[in-house]
Amino acid sequence: MSVDMTSKILLSRMESYPADSHTLERYLDTGGYAAFRTALEKMKPEDVVAEVKASNIRGRGGASFPTGVKWGFLPPDTRPRYLVINGDESEPGTFKDRMLLERDPHQLVEGIAISSYALDVTHAFVYIRGEYPKPARRLQRAIDEAYEAGFLGEDILGSGFDLDVTVHLGAGAYICGEETALLSSLEGRRGEPRIKPPFPAVEGLYAKPTIVNNVETISNIPWIVANGGAEYAAIGPETSSGTRVMSLSGHLKNPGDYEIVAGMTWRELIYDVGGGIRDDRELKAWVPGGASAPWFVPSEHLDTPVTIDDIANNGSMIGSGAVIVMDDSTNVVGAAHRLVRFFSHESCGQCTPCREGTTWLERILSRILDGYGRPEDIGLLLDVSDNISPGLAWPPAMTTICPLGPSATAPVVSIMRYFRDEVEAMIPGLSHAAASAANAESTEAAGD
Amino acid sequence: MISHWSHENQQRAQQLLDAYPEKQSAAMPLLYLAAHEHGYVSDDAMREVAALTGLSSAQVQAVASFYTMYKRAPVGRYLVSVCTSISCYLRGADDVLAAIEDEAGVLDGETTPDGEISVEHVECSGACGGAPAVSVNWELIEGLGQDKARDLIKWLRDAKPAVVLGDEMQLLFGGRKSFDWGPPEKEGAIVALPAFAPYGTAKAEGE
Repeated sequence: MSVDMTSKILLSRMESYPADSHTLERYLDTGGYAAFRTALEKMKPEDVVAEVKASNIRGRGGASFPTGVKWGFLPPDTRPRYLVINGDESEPGTFKDRMLLERDPHQLVEGIAISSYALDVTHAFVYIRGEYPKPARRLQRAIDEAYEAGFLGEDILGSGFDLDVTVHLGAGAYICGEETALLSSLEGRRGEPRIKPPFPAVEGLYAKPTIVNNVETISNIPWIVANGGAEYAAIGPETSSGTRVMSLSGHLKNPGDYEIVAGMTWRELIYDVGGGIRDDRELKAWVPGGASAPWFVPSEHLDTPVTIDDIANNGSMIGSGAVIVMDDSTNVVGAAHRLVRFFSHESCGQCTPCREGTTWLERILSRILDGYGRPEDIGLLLDVSDNISPGLAWPPAMTTICPLGPSATAPVVSIMRYFRDEVEAMIPGLSHAAASAANAESTEAAGD
Repeated sequence: MISHWSHENQQRAQQLLDAYPEKQSAAMPLLYLAAHEHGYVSDDAMREVAALTGLSSAQVQAVASFYTMYKRAPVGRYLVSVCTSISCYLRGADDVLAAIEDEAGVLDGETTPDGEISVEHVECSGACGGAPAVSVNWELIEGLGQDKARDLIKWLRDAKPAVVLGDEMQLLFGGRKSFDWGPPEKEGAIVALPAFAPYGTAKAEGE
């Protein structure tokens, strides 16, 4: 399959009108708010929900959960309901929501308005990470413009439908991207995840039914309503419908955000879309879906398709669509350490396996990196990982409230699976014979 | 209790409290406002936020200590945050941090004796396509190499910008960006806080 650059949904306005794609004037000029008007005037809320279900769109925040199914979990009679847009985007490697907020904020505002109408929501929130003041300013300006133009506020376009939208800034905590932690944070508390069930759709913000959707997911809603869910479902493979924005970073010639249709191979994504490896070096490994995802390597995965299901079937996940590419100059222990350090720093501290385990993993990798690794560290890394995520399976078995802890084991397991020689070579005095004797048991635990 | 705050900030506080169905939700924006008022999140500020939201001061302290962007001790006028997470690490972020530490004369986590510049490393800034990334008062610069990072520190020292503009710094010191930023903005940060109304945002002169 060749790279199809014609099916642009989310990025078409910003690419065609780079000077003012963020303004209301340009948005209206390019058909903006027409879908919202259609929804209000010609569709019942349940008709809108039906289109979203028919689109088969799956959440773009990380879990790939079908949006229409999520919407269907709302209990029918409880009010108020809330819609919360997750713009916390903190998964290392991910920078797509930042672009959507800065360059086409009205697309999101219209998506929020349509979704709120569909879900009978009268107050929606957008949670944006604190490190994103410019995206937050752009969105706030778009919201102000939408109020002024009568697309938000009371009795919108004479329909009787009311909607307020509030932008809420985070303050530097990755964990707030986890939907229940986000809700805790929005309630003015520490951003600590909650045990599910109850799921937010039943008991979310202020214990009321709440839908939490990603910025990119909701930015697709105007197109889906304008063109029909079936039309959206027809783009790409059945279970990876529509387009998605992939954030490419690392050792590529052309890192950046690219809107793609699922189904191309990794070779096409890395070499055609991303321009190949910098200085024409060799590709060593890549992270297919954000820091939490187990790594892929060229010998096994380069010609597998980039779809939600193919990635999952190969033992990883598309996650937030963040592809982090590493060339042959990469010290894999250094890269794994950097990923694990992130999770260790961002652990909220509620669950012991995560709080203690990520700290241990970080320290062990750190001493290997500094040349003070011990022969038993190979086994210890796998043992600690196994305690956080029993069996080291993917998707992980959970010993914790949320997936942050298990995510920290992904880079450790990845380097052990694909680059164990390199890790062992960094440990002074560790011969392969001694290592295999010392680690026979732990190898079984790793499931290789 | 809120008499410590300027009249203007008391009005802003009320707006924030009114923006949410339940007033404890205003705790986070109020902590930013408190930091704007005092320069950092002081113990007094946390008590004030508690009084406004109906939370206990212990609860507010629990919140303030959870999030890395609430500084509970004074920081420099310019908070220079170097992203050292994976994508920036792969493209030389550690060298950028070292260059900034060297030029500023302070280590990661420290503030210059004149109170002008604080240096810190931060986890992923969401600028991975333009790695390595640095921000000043949360205004972003992408594609910043070691030499330009040194120039940035010198410029902050010499030019002492009253308003920190991401687009201006990107033009002066930045390189490859994650995506086309579009037209430059003239709105930026005046203190070491995210420049978002109603806390810490300002237009550059001449606008």
